Amino acid sequence: MNKVLAKFGPFLGLLLVIVLFSIPGEVREYFLSVPNFKIILTQTVIVALAALGMTLIIVSGGIDLSAGSVIALSSVIGALCLKAGWSAWLMVPAVIACGAFLGALNGTAIAGLRMTPFIITLGMMGIARGAGKWMANNETVNYTNPAINGWMTTADPFDFSMPPGAWVTVALAIAVAVFMQRTVFGRQIFAIGSNEATARLCGVNTVLTKALIYTLAGAFFGLAGLMQLARLRQGDPTVAIGLELDIIAAVIIGGASLSGGSGSILGTMVGALIMSVLRNGSQQMGWPTYFQEIMIGVVIIVAVFLDRLRAQRRP
Amino acid sequence: MSSRLRLAGIEKSFGATRALGGVSLEIAPGEVHALIGENGAGKSTLMKILSGVIQPDAGTMTLEGRAYRPADTLDARRHGVAMIYQELSLAPHLNVWENIGLGALPSRLGWVDRRAARQRARGALARLAHEHLDLERPVAEFSIAEQQIIEIARALLSNPRVLIMDEPTSSLTQADTRKLFEVIAQLRAEGVSIIYISHFLEEVREVAQRYTVLKDGQTVGSGDMAATPQSEILQMMVDRDVSDLYPKRRATLGEARFTLEGEGGPLTVRAGEILGIAGLIGAGRTELLRANFGLDPSGQVSGKPTPRKRWRERVGFLSEDRKEEGLMLGLSIAENIGLTKYPKLSRVAGYLPPRRLSVMAEPWLGTLGIKARVSEQAVGDLSGGNQQKVALARLLEHPAEVLLLDEPTRGIDVGSKAQLYEVIAELAAKEGKAIIVISSYLPELFGLCDRIAVMHGGAVVACKPTAEWTEPDLMRAALGVSG
Repeated sequence: MNKVLAKFGPFLGLLLVIVLFSIPGEVREYFLSVPNFKIILTQTVIVALAALGMTLIIVSGGIDLSAGSVIALSSVIGALCLKAGWSAWLMVPAVIACGAFLGALNGTAIAGLRMTPFIITLGMMGIARGAGKWMANNETVNYTNPAINGWMTTADPFDFSMPPGAWVTVALAIAVAVFMQRTVFGRQIFAIGSNEATARLCGVNTVLTKALIYTLAGAFFGLAGLMQLARLRQGDPTVAIGLELDIIAAVIIGGASLSGGSGSILGTMVGALIMSVLRNGSQQMGWPTYFQEIMIGVVIIVAVFLDRLRAQRRP
Repeated sequence: MSSRLRLAGIEKSFGATRALGGVSLEIAPGEVHALIGENGAGKSTLMKILSGVIQPDAGTMTLEGRAYRPADTLDARRHGVAMIYQELSLAPHLNVWENIGLGALPSRLGWVDRRAARQRARGALARLAHEHLDLERPVAEFSIAEQQIIEIARALLSNPRVLIMDEPTSSLTQADTRKLFEVIAQLRAEGVSIIYISHFLEEVREVAQRYTVLKDGQTVGSGDMAATPQSEILQMMVDRDVSDLYPKRRATLGEARFTLEGEGGPLTVRAGEILGIAGLIGAGRTELLRANFGLDPSGQVSGKPTPRKRWRERVGFLSEDRKEEGLMLGLSIAENIGLTKYPKLSRVAGYLPPRRLSVMAEPWLGTLGIKARVSEQAVGDLSGGNQQKVALARLLEHPAEVLLLDEPTRGIDVGSKAQLYEVIAELAAKEGKAIIVISSYLPELFGLCDRIAVMHGGAVVACKPTAEWTEPDLMRAALGVSG
């Protein structure tokens, strides 16, 4: 029973919020429609992609506060590349590499210099945000190349097709889930998060592993930045402020522990969906945004509280 | 003799473990009373009872003729019993007078009365002849010896009649020890009774008038310091029958397998041999093992080992601290056993299906008698003894040919201990493993090892076959007593 609850707890939460918004008849009609679910999924893409990387970090016992800033910087770099006439084939890997580079800086400082992830990534949060504004001359970067404009939309909003961004997210989520559960590197991430001293004692190269985790996560933030760019169709250095907290919240609602050693990609994806559904549903209920913010805050606390209860009841 | 504090028949058990089984103690006013005993003899449990941290299961305590049963440390302090812990308990960022007044700062309407607080602090320091210390400096800036004085000053604020000092000189230099003895003499002259706990017999002889020896949770002797020869006290500390808890075996030694490098010469262990390392806490035994396993950097070990390299050389290490270092309590038994050989378990490109981990781990549940339902169960759910078996299974699964075991039976029940002894003895006898065991429990070393090395002050001071040691001899070597 407990095991079932552990596995499907986040799902029950998702079901609960969907049912909640389906009760009033006039909202249900649109809320439960195909186009709306497409909108919800598309709105989830950016947070979900970044949350894949954040899950790796949080499971290893770390945290990354620079995610939002790295996403904004990536979108600016992508826009500048397109403006400079680069093809999408060149721009996409370049932007992902930039994200990975910033992650590598984080990881090297954290693992190599043994500094607290919170402090290092708090610093990187400012650095990346500032660098983005600098590169963009403190304004939005506009370009004409339509190469990635179709990533986050579909031609016909009423059919069952999904935008490419959503497919990429689903595919990567499956890949990362398998990676975490079924590879040596993935299991070593859990080992480090559960007890870093033990991992070291057992011969795991903790410094290299941690550096790689932040690098990999940085690549995901870069990709999320590209999705951000595809959605806005301009590079905006002031976008995604505070988004790192949504990303962390998705991971936590999905059942990961901030102290490391536990968490799952499936949970994280459901966590990201729960937040999107909440936002979307609240809008259709006509609730003001401040009320949405309060709701999401409550959901985070309740989710973690339920998780704690479950952990305590374990024999 | 009128007594200030009298204890009779004190008993205390933690679960199935009996820490104290009938302790008596009597202390006169203005007396320094030495409390002597091996590691694990029950000294610290007794002191925790006296200072109100824990309550005894049975027995009576009398303080100046009245029943004494402190509910907590604050209550003990109110009755005039204060304790100076071995690990100083000062707040490093706060200054001297804040630390001395901590928890009892004089105040008016919630505002700290700084002048009164400073005056009290200065008064307390004056009693210790240290009124020259700058009250405004944070205590972290003072030497260890001065910090200790500050700690004692704090204890003096409650006007204690009994002051308990736990290994007060363990981190002091000779000169500072002298100064501390002067302070103790001063307090004694004021009529304060002092319970002085220490390993250092010579030091104890100098400062204390009377002594009580604890062994296995019981009082085995007490008397006048000056009237008792040192050898007699040593005998009381270690005298016991070695029960048949330990498996009988005959060692057939093979070739040399591993050499510990460190101060006092290298120690080589051979295949099929169990080498014990004895010594007091802080003698450097764990440090020697950790440095040789590559966990801590050391200039004395050749070849810059890392845990990774050592595992590849089939050398395994069992940490003394299961919770903090030895095990990942949140993860499964299988993951804990398999972690050192993940790359090996994965046959293709880092792919490691969970099923393969379970198949690898499952047999160990039976082999070592680990009480668990399945190997996917979290290690944190198991009892201490079963956790230790999981930690040991990691070394055996790897498989390590050289086993470095740091306090392998710490904190586990007697039944599990006996099982572990059996396993360790068999590993050496049947599988020809080379085993090094650190233990603070002498009977364990005598019962298990072929040879015992003794460490003192960071160096190996002696190494002989077990048959050539006697417990008093070994204790003498561990205490650094010559002759």
